[in-house]
Amino acid sequence: MKIKKNIALSDSGFIFNPSSGDSYSINPIGNKILQFMKDDKTEEEIIQLITEEYMIDKDTVEKDLYDFKNMLKSYKLMD
Amino acid sequence: MLEKKKYTIAVTGLNAIDSPGPGIPLIRALRDAETFNVRIIGLSYETLEPGIYMHDLVDKTYQVPYPTAGIDVLYDRIEYINSIENIDFLFPNFDAELFNYIKIQEKFEKELKIKMVLPTIEQFEARHKVNLFDYGKTHGIKVPFSRMIFTPQEIFPIAEEFTLPLVVKGKFYDAKIAYTSDQAVQHFHKIAAQWGLPVLIQEYLRGSEVNVCGAGDGKGNLIGAVPMRKLYITDKGKAWSGVTIEDEKLIEITQKLVAKTKWKGPFELEFMKTSEDDYYLIEINPRFPAWCYLPVGAGQNQVESLVNMAMGNEYKIFDTYEVGKMFIRYSYDLIVEMKEFEKISTIGEL
Repeated sequence: MKIKKNIALSDSGFIFNPSSGDSYSINPIGNKILQFMKDDKTEEEIIQLITEEYMIDKDTVEKDLYDFKNMLKSYKLMD
Repeated sequence: MLEKKKYTIAVTGLNAIDSPGPGIPLIRALRDAETFNVRIIGLSYETLEPGIYMHDLVDKTYQVPYPTAGIDVLYDRIEYINSIENIDFLFPNFDAELFNYIKIQEKFEKELKIKMVLPTIEQFEARHKVNLFDYGKTHGIKVPFSRMIFTPQEIFPIAEEFTLPLVVKGKFYDAKIAYTSDQAVQHFHKIAAQWGLPVLIQEYLRGSEVNVCGAGDGKGNLIGAVPMRKLYITDKGKAWSGVTIEDEKLIEITQKLVAKTKWKGPFELEFMKTSEDDYYLIEINPRFPAWCYLPVGAGQNQVESLVNMAMGNEYKIFDTYEVGKMFIRYSYDLIVEMKEFEKISTIGEL
């Protein structure tokens, strides 16, 4: 699953879904993950990049990423 | 360089209140027109319609008779106004007055040289809320199940058939959600007292409401169409803020509807988009909506195009618009001299 192509994502973490008119604010880590997803990084690559940058274990990142993706899915931000 | 033409355009719906008429935003669209200049003649029903006192937008206002006074009374009043103002074009903006204006359209054009772009009486009647279910069937567009009723007793069997909640709707305005049959009966009485019979009972659909503001040329072509999603609604269900959205499917449905019906004039289509991405047509308003200035902001001055079409000028047909343009309504206290209120109240002109 990928982030929908038409989703507008700003550097400040503001997301606009032009299909629904909904907008969201996300925190810096969420923003970073979304950018990785937009750049077509795999789940493994994203987990790797986050664990390298932050002092956090792989399992926690994996779980949080799973939750985050489900949230994006429920907001219809993913294909 | 040639000087721009100046048209005198009469506009109703000056009630820029919490349930706003389309007059003021429509006038803003006219004032933004690049191809002509305008003198705006306001046509008002009530003496407290804010547009009467907005002198930067409306040049002169005349009171007009209520639609119930009939076509002859309306003709006489417009004939008088026209003898002073020499009106080129007239925009009626209320559902309740449209019947009279459609009926009188030919006579206006022939005898007073006033042009209007309106749907035909057949188009106007066929899209009426009470006929909408059949209308959808005819044109292959999904419409929620609905039934016209004349007595509250008819609610109980319908409640079993449609399952609760239901939407209770007035024939011109108003829609209330009923979660029990008793509540539906209460809504029935309230709506019937205000808007008359029949009352419409409609299947309740879960989803988000998306609307389209557009215009048709009467030959099956779209002049423009902009879809909008409401971001904030008032307790009367009116949009206080909205945003243009990207929705090809919605534009496609609109195109199909205009092509099939050969719709002439402005319209607002109200759809419910379900979570399965199905679109149900809820209502067709045969006039510009109160948010018709948003399309101007998004790059489609449909109002200007309609006037140019009617006046036999070249006119723009729009097929793109800017997505993500928002409107936010606001309230504003005008300070008005008693003299002005006195004038419109006593002589019916300001």
